[in-house]
Amino acid sequence: MSTTEAPATSGNGHVGRAMRRKEDPRLITGRGSYVDDISLVGQLWAAWVRSPEAHAKIVSIDTSAAKARDGIVAVFTHEDLDIESALPMAWVPPGVDVNTPEHWVLAKGEVKHVGDPVALVIGDDRYAVVDAAEDVLVEYDPLPVVTDPEAALESGSPLVHEQFGTNKICEWSLGGGDLDAGFAEADVVIERRIVNHRIAGGAIEPRGVLAEWRGDRLTVWSSTQVPHFLRLFLSMLLGIGEDRVRVVAPEVGGAFGSKLNIYAEEIGCAWAATKLNRPIKWIETRSEGLMVTHHGRDQIDKVKVGAKRDGTITAWHTTIIADCGAYQTLLTPMIPPLSAFVMCGVYKTPAVQTDVIDVMTNKFPTDAIRGAGRPEATHLIEVTMDQLADELGMDRLELRRKNFIPPFNEAHETPIGVAYDSGNYEMALDRLLQHIDPAEVRSQAEGLRSEGIYRGIGFCTYTEICGNAPSRIVGPGGFGLQGGGWESATVRVHASGTATLYTGTSPHGQGHETGFAQIVADRLGIDPSQVDVIHGDTQTGPFGLDTYGSRSLAVGGEAAARAAKKVADKAKAIVAHQLEADPADIELQDGKFIVRGSPEKGMALADVAGAAYVPENLPEGMEPGLDEQSFYDPDNFVFPFGAHACVVDVDAETGKVDVVRYVAVDDCGPAINPLLIDGQVHGGITHALGQALFEQIHYDEAGQLVTGSFVDYALPTAAELPSFETDRTETPSPVNSLGVKGVGEAGTIAGSATVTNAVIDALRPLGVTYIDMPLTPMRVWQAINEAKGGPQ
Amino acid sequence: MSTVPVRLTVNGQQHEVEVEPRLLLVHLLRDRLALTGTHVGCDTTNCGACTVHLDGEAVKSCTVLAVQADGAEVKTIEGMADGEKLHPLQEAFWNDHGLQCGYCTPGMIMAAADLLNRNPNPTEAEVRKGLEGNLCRCTGYHNIVKAVLDAAKAQQGTTAPQEVSAP
Repeated sequence: MSTTEAPATSGNGHVGRAMRRKEDPRLITGRGSYVDDISLVGQLWAAWVRSPEAHAKIVSIDTSAAKARDGIVAVFTHEDLDIESALPMAWVPPGVDVNTPEHWVLAKGEVKHVGDPVALVIGDDRYAVVDAAEDVLVEYDPLPVVTDPEAALESGSPLVHEQFGTNKICEWSLGGGDLDAGFAEADVVIERRIVNHRIAGGAIEPRGVLAEWRGDRLTVWSSTQVPHFLRLFLSMLLGIGEDRVRVVAPEVGGAFGSKLNIYAEEIGCAWAATKLNRPIKWIETRSEGLMVTHHGRDQIDKVKVGAKRDGTITAWHTTIIADCGAYQTLLTPMIPPLSAFVMCGVYKTPAVQTDVIDVMTNKFPTDAIRGAGRPEATHLIEVTMDQLADELGMDRLELRRKNFIPPFNEAHETPIGVAYDSGNYEMALDRLLQHIDPAEVRSQAEGLRSEGIYRGIGFCTYTEICGNAPSRIVGPGGFGLQGGGWESATVRVHASGTATLYTGTSPHGQGHETGFAQIVADRLGIDPSQVDVIHGDTQTGPFGLDTYGSRSLAVGGEAAARAAKKVADKAKAIVAHQLEADPADIELQDGKFIVRGSPEKGMALADVAGAAYVPENLPEGMEPGLDEQSFYDPDNFVFPFGAHACVVDVDAETGKVDVVRYVAVDDCGPAINPLLIDGQVHGGITHALGQALFEQIHYDEAGQLVTGSFVDYALPTAAELPSFETDRTETPSPVNSLGVKGVGEAGTIAGSATVTNAVIDALRPLGVTYIDMPLTPMRVWQAINEAKGGPQ
Repeated sequence: MSTVPVRLTVNGQQHEVEVEPRLLLVHLLRDRLALTGTHVGCDTTNCGACTVHLDGEAVKSCTVLAVQADGAEVKTIEGMADGEKLHPLQEAFWNDHGLQCGYCTPGMIMAAADLLNRNPNPTEAEVRKGLEGNLCRCTGYHNIVKAVLDAAKAQQGTTAPQEVSAP
């Protein structure tokens, strides 16, 4: 591990250790508590009647047969709802008009996509409500459908929402430098059209809600990433004071962005619970999940790049046409613009411009899926870099090295105004090449050719933006998000000397209970087993901003470190007072607060806690207790980076792609727990390989969802993947005291370009120079045949 | 709807229950017997989150009717540990960070246990092939495969580590 500088840690040295997780004992024994594992006395079940049409007027809804069934308590349609407003969308970019249609819990007059809910059935049995839902008779009058975003922009296209007179949601741009001058001085200009297709989040736990209205209080358990957001919007939409709404995200079985939303089912079940005075549970089926849990990506990226003959890039222009679907959920139109923030990549390109056009079609909305804008940007940048190298006749890695931003430890301002925090891209690439030798792969490739196997190697050097987020940059007056980006933490030391951390982040598999405990333990001189981490319950800690965008550690972890430091500072003052020393001379050593130079004189945290809660001998004016809070708002984002390589074998006869090796070097700053980092990288890479090779949310021209179950939507299995080779460099971020960056999305951001470049590299001897994802056998076979001039 | 009686043994405990003929085994286990460690992740027998052992063999309990388990012995994740002593697979999943969100984990462990029953000393490729019917979205399978290989070694006791095949 080469580090530019060792991180500053203190205490017992738990930070940096590959500790196995505190979460796991309950999960490996079947004692976790996911939403469907919780049941309440008197609980009813919900099922939704969903549109089979992609676009239609609702002529009539007959609920009488359903209501007449045994065990059915209520059937609701839009007319029954007295919800105060439509579902929220939280992006209001200054100076940009966004056409945002109303999006109701139950469809109002028309349905706009397959799966649009038209009725809510409530009954006393999970099977009975499904039977009853089939008895709800809905008459539809079909309307014209549009599913292609480019066709949707043409005049005369069917309109998803007539009232706007267009399917365009908005245009948004970010750029800097002199683009015209950059292209004018270029010796070579290339243009590519790169399709980044629609995918699903694919969390193995489907969504689920349990809502209880008791007295004047609403409690909602939801499989969500954002319990604090959900509480706020439940309060606003149902008109119940936020003080009387509690949201619990219990064990959440994966999310990957797909549970970062305010869903119709959450609001609808909570509303129905208040009407019926009974707890109501809804558990999504997988077929529903693929249909009405938000999708991601779905961009057509038109790239134009100029470069000098020696490889120096002079200008980069990208136009993104983003298919956002029929409505806008919480962040829908904001996700494609996020691509623009990393459009400089790791390169010193002097002029960069990104123009985004968000478009409506008759599909379910897109929103944040693992990486949210950055996988799309990195894919188009890094695939285009290989295309440019080919055009210039230049080595792919030489072209990258030629354009790398030189190493920097403090903010590096890019031409688009985004300031990268720290980076050393050469170091990451050099480290990668210690693990994999391109020349060796080339020679292997020659040996395999006679067997009809084409071996290729692909690379990606990337940076990304995470640690969401500095409020002044992302907030209402900046990028236009109607919220802040800070995070909260409370460290409560109990009288016996153990501690509880309440974090405002809300994990769903990442391992916060372990990593955050390591951070707090080191600052208090105790063991991580003595730090309980509480999350995902709005009633326990202060307001928080939850988990997404690789923010938890860089923002929430820093808040935890700051709260723990406040506790440690108070502990030092108490110890100094009791030992008659100067607080400045108290330090933490081997689990004790000691007087510097006199390790025999000291107090463990338990002794300090005793003194704090039995306040007979505290410093003059000090309040009792040992319980501190931090609200941390970062000054800047953090920018992890790295270099990935992939070796693939393509069977030229069948088009099948086998991933032979995948090597990843990632830099997310100093490791808190290397075990957790590797786990995030493995999963991230797999999400990218899934998109690149197997997965696609596919609608036909009538707007029917063709990939509506796991039979058709192909998540990668163990049999299709190799074991991964991972390594790290550690370049501290100057933004936070831990020096950390994020790593939850890095693998996904880097992975799709890496494998796509490998497949194109493999196919070049066959005359294939470009191919869009997903690289399924059929598509690869077609590309090979097209290059040969044969049938496609 | 009329009901039928089902007698079965789950994790060594006998049960006699009246069920709708269409009740799925997974819902009997979860909703009637309160064994919520077995999860449901799809409608199509693809994901394997609901994997349990039926008379010693792994089945996907969302595709077995409760009535089909009449007279059978069922083992779920709750029956894997011996008191406080974890099953070698549970221990290996913990040590190797073989889980993140934990939702696929019970099914994955039950499928892996069945695999090791049939093939106590598998290669990496055999583990990967053997777990093809269980989906995980978090781990990329890397540490799951490692955990199963480590558990195999632990169960073999003194057996030398099996040579790992090329991926």
